[in-house]
Amino acid sequence: MGRRWQEVIIKTAEEAKQNKDYKATLTELLYQLADDDFILAYRGSEWLGLAPHIEEDVAFSSINQDTMGHATIYYNLLEDLGEGKSDDLAHMRPAAERQNAIILEEVNGTGDYLTEPRYDWAFAVVRNYFYDLAKKIKLEALKTSSYEPLAHAAVKINMEQYYHVMHWSTWFKQLLSANEDAKKRMMTAVEKVWIDFDNVLSFGPKAKELAELGIIEAEETIKQRWISHMKAVFEELEIDYPGELGSKRGNGRIGEHTTDLDEALKTLREVYETDTVTAW
Amino acid sequence: MPSNLEQLHQDVLNALETVKDPEIDSVSVGDLGMIEDVSIVDNKAFIKVLPTFMGCPALEIIQQNIEKAVGNVEGIDETTVEFIHHPPWTSDRVSKEGRERLKEFGIAPPPEKWNPDGKYEIECPYCTSLYTTVDNIFGPTACRSILYCKSCKNPFEAMKPVFTDM
Repeated sequence: MGRRWQEVIIKTAEEAKQNKDYKATLTELLYQLADDDFILAYRGSEWLGLAPHIEEDVAFSSINQDTMGHATIYYNLLEDLGEGKSDDLAHMRPAAERQNAIILEEVNGTGDYLTEPRYDWAFAVVRNYFYDLAKKIKLEALKTSSYEPLAHAAVKINMEQYYHVMHWSTWFKQLLSANEDAKKRMMTAVEKVWIDFDNVLSFGPKAKELAELGIIEAEETIKQRWISHMKAVFEELEIDYPGELGSKRGNGRIGEHTTDLDEALKTLREVYETDTVTAW
Repeated sequence: MPSNLEQLHQDVLNALETVKDPEIDSVSVGDLGMIEDVSIVDNKAFIKVLPTFMGCPALEIIQQNIEKAVGNVEGIDETTVEFIHHPPWTSDRVSKEGRERLKEFGIAPPPEKWNPDGKYEIECPYCTSLYTTVDNIFGPTACRSILYCKSCKNPFEAMKPVFTDM
C-alpha cells in the first residue's frame, strides 16, 4: 500500500487548479459526495408531515436539513474549484451528469407527497441507516484527505453525522427486534437496498487515482469497514448476513440513473427555475 | 489611551455584542462563540464567522444583522462577513455569559466536555435538577434537543453537544 498521500497536502482551491489531474480526480469525488447528500436529503424532505409520529417528523426534518447543508458545503467546494455556481450545480445539472448512487434516488414508495403517499418506513430506515453509516466511514477517512479544505469540511460534517447514525441505528435495531410484521417489512427493505448498495460504496472510475493522490483512502478499505460493521450489527440482531452487495440497476457514478431521478429533478428545480438570480 | 484603531476595533466588538441569534434572542453570536476573527483594514471590517450547524437557515439572517450592526459603527465603511468551518464550531465555544443567557431562554447549555461513551448529564434550566430525560435528540432547530424535567415537570430544550472527536 502506497502512502504517497502523506507527502503532498493541497491547501487551497487555487493550488488544486494548478494540477489538472488532481483537480479532475478531486472534483469527481466531490460530485459523488454532494449529489449523494443532495438527493437523499430531498427524498427525506418528501417525508415531511408523513413520518410515523411527531417526534420523528422533527428528527427526520432536522437530519434532512443538516444533510442538505452538507451537500451545500461540497457544492461550494466545487464552486471554489471553478465548476460553476453552487446553486446551479445543485439544481440545474441534468440526470446524466449526476453522480449519486442509484438507490438514493429511488422514490419513497408509491404515490407522491401530495397525493396518496404510501411511503415505506422500513425502506426509509434501512436506506438512511446504511447510507449514513457509509457516509460516517468516508468522513473519518476524509479527515486526513490531501485536499485540506475537504479535510476541514469532513471534521465539521462528521460531528453532525454522529447524531444521524445514532438515530437510524436505533430505529434499525428496534424495528428488527420488534414483532414479526416489523421484522418481515425490514428484511424486505434490507433485500431491496442490498442489491444496489454496492454503488454507494463505490468511488467510480477514478477510485484508484483518488487513493493514489491521497484524496480518500482506497475504495476497498472503506467498503470492508462498512461490511465488518454491518456483519457485527447483523450478528447482534441474530439475523443472517445477506452476502454480496450488488449494483443491480447500474452505476450512478457514471451518470446511469432511473426515471425516479428525472422526476425528482423536475420537482425540485421547479421553483428555482422561475428565477435563477434571486436570493431565495 | 487606546489608539484610534484599537478604539475602532472595540467599537466593532461592541456592535457584534448586539447581534443576537435570530432563533435564541437572549444570546449574541459572540456569546455562542461564532465569531472567530475580526480585522479592520482601511476602515473595512472583515469578520470570520463559524456556523454552528451547516444547514442552519439562520446563517443568512445572521450575516445581514452583522453587516447592519457593524456598518453602523462610525469609521467603518464596508463590512465583509465570511463563513468558515475551520476551526470547526464546537459547543464548548459558548461563553460563560452565553451559558447563563441560554438558561434564561429555557435552553440548557451543552456539557463542557465530551465523554467518549456519549453519555452526558443535562441540568434542567428551570430547577437545576439532573432528573431529566431526552425526548428527542433533534429539536426545533439543528442545534437543539428536546428534553423533559421529571422534577419540575417542565419540558425544556438543550443545546446539542458538538465535539470534534465524536
